[in-house]
Amino acid sequence: MTLGSIRHEIRIHRSAADVWARVGDAAGLHTWFPGITNCQVDGKNRVIMLGSGAPLPEEILVNDDTQRRFQYRITAPIFVHHRGTIDVIALDDQECLVVYSTEADPRTMALTIAGGTAGALDELKRQMETN
Amino acid sequence: MGRKILFVTTDQQRYDAIGCNGGMVARTPVIDALAAQGHRYERAQPQSVVCMPSRSTIITGQHVSTHGVWMNGVALPVDAPSVAQVLNDAGYRTAIIGKPHFEPFLDPFMRFVENSFSREPLVGTHRGFEHFEAATHGGQGMLAYARWLTANHPEAVRMFYPVLDGTLEVNAMGGGETGAPQVWENDIPKDWYHTDWVADRTINWLDGLEGDDDWFCWMSFPDPHHPWDPPKSELGRIDWRDVPLPEGYPQTAAEREAILDGKPRHWKAWYDGTLVSNYEAPAHWVPATLTADQVREVNQRNAIECELIDEALGRVLAAIEAKGWGDDVDIVFTTDHGEFQGDFGLLFKGPYHVDALMRIPLVWRPAPSSAPAPSAVTRPVGLVDLAPTFCAIAGLPVPEWMEGKPLPVDDTDADTRGFERSLTEWDSDIFGVAVHLRTITRDGWVCTTYQAGHSHDGTEGELYRLADDPLQRVNLWNDPGYAAIRSDLLADLWDHQPAMRQPLRRVEAPV
Repeated sequence: MTLGSIRHEIRIHRSAADVWARVGDAAGLHTWFPGITNCQVDGKNRVIMLGSGAPLPEEILVNDDTQRRFQYRITAPIFVHHRGTIDVIALDDQECLVVYSTEADPRTMALTIAGGTAGALDELKRQMETN
Repeated sequence: MGRKILFVTTDQQRYDAIGCNGGMVARTPVIDALAAQGHRYERAQPQSVVCMPSRSTIITGQHVSTHGVWMNGVALPVDAPSVAQVLNDAGYRTAIIGKPHFEPFLDPFMRFVENSFSREPLVGTHRGFEHFEAATHGGQGMLAYARWLTANHPEAVRMFYPVLDGTLEVNAMGGGETGAPQVWENDIPKDWYHTDWVADRTINWLDGLEGDDDWFCWMSFPDPHHPWDPPKSELGRIDWRDVPLPEGYPQTAAEREAILDGKPRHWKAWYDGTLVSNYEAPAHWVPATLTADQVREVNQRNAIECELIDEALGRVLAAIEAKGWGDDVDIVFTTDHGEFQGDFGLLFKGPYHVDALMRIPLVWRPAPSSAPAPSAVTRPVGLVDLAPTFCAIAGLPVPEWMEGKPLPVDDTDADTRGFERSLTEWDSDIFGVAVHLRTITRDGWVCTTYQAGHSHDGTEGELYRLADDPLQRVNLWNDPGYAAIRSDLLADLWDHQPAMRQPLRRVEAPV
């Protein structure tokens, strides 16, 4: 096993509830994740369409409004293991911390996917702080 | 009408890979002739020994710490300074054809625009290039060469060596007759191979220009970087059994291990297979298993790739002559960094600042109309000096953001203009393994200091006197007899080494 584990986080000057409303919308990932062009959700299954045109199937594991935690795994065969976790943590009434963790085997996919998640956090912050 | 510029780069080519620098395996008459007509640099060094940081230095004219592309997988921002933009703004037609690698190639989200130019044509300019046609080491992917191969010769797409293995690590699979890693018999016809494609596309672009256009064309060959998979039809050029072992290859295990034991511990740890500190070499290959015959076969394939590049360059020069531009074209030939090719019993590259990786070929053949006086320049110069050189050729002032100087034309010129030192830096931090090196080359010394990281506590270093130890086998760092020169070199290093820009640019992908 070659497990890679990478974490990115960002402070967003917006309430945790507002940010979670976006993050917890499983079908809306493509609206704030650059490089994902579409999402289709069917129950616990989600298929995201990558910018390269390739579909990537996922299983939604946790979508917890109380903890404000969204967790999923990519089920494509190239991944021996994958776990993506997004936590929205209130810092005060007007600011939150969003943590996007990626673990994957093979580990190189953790680095490749996590590059995208970091860009997604930047875009989420931009949208939440300007809208 | 001004001087036109053909800028030719290879990828991962040693200083001694070409005949004019003493290479004995590959025949490179075209490059050798350019060197005889112009300036050949005997101590040219990259500012980084991996692709993306080094190429970012070439285009920006800045040290790595300044442009901030501190390891492979870090993208050079699209709005970073670019010498191509300076030239384009001055009226030059501009193109890059071949391997750019300013942005990561492993890009499933297609977040990086350079990976999409083959399907969404460039509008306007990008980094100052009005034409951007990209290739890398294989036939798959989104770059222009891969799409051309897929469209025209789909049967050839999978003929190349698979650079990555099933776990997306750099592949350790061996091939050829010796089982050497990344050696492969490639059935692709020579005409379809990326070396010829780069030359063909360059000629095509040049053919579209007007006779009185000024132009800057960066022709960037992906070879002789691994994989070593030249077209099988060309293997008869050189019998690997006839390839001499390199001078830098210690022929017994005991000798190799004794040399490596004198260096900072990540050297021997890599050799033993206990630490792969970066993504530049196969994760599952143990250098201690490398045999002498494998070194010969790797160097055979590498030399064949160098010959193909030389011949491709010759075709481009013939096309330039046919256009009537011959007297007005400056040609600069170099690479981004070197390759071990058996030195110390190693292959590939990594955080190892020795001549195998740091001494690179550099030839500048000024336009014959400028009546250059041929020379061999021995003073240290760097890739950071290329962008200012292009400005000087074009008759433009060197922008303040460039940190190099136009290349000297001889040693007297170098001394007059203060070419005293070259700086090279390495930073990597991947999967919990961080390595940080800073190196100065000056007065015939190479001095590297290690900052604290995974395998180092910040006290380690390397010190070599090139005149006495050209193969850098005896590390003088801890020799009290050299403490004074060590201190002097380190002081000079820190006086001139730019601080790393903060915050650090983000690692987006392994490569």
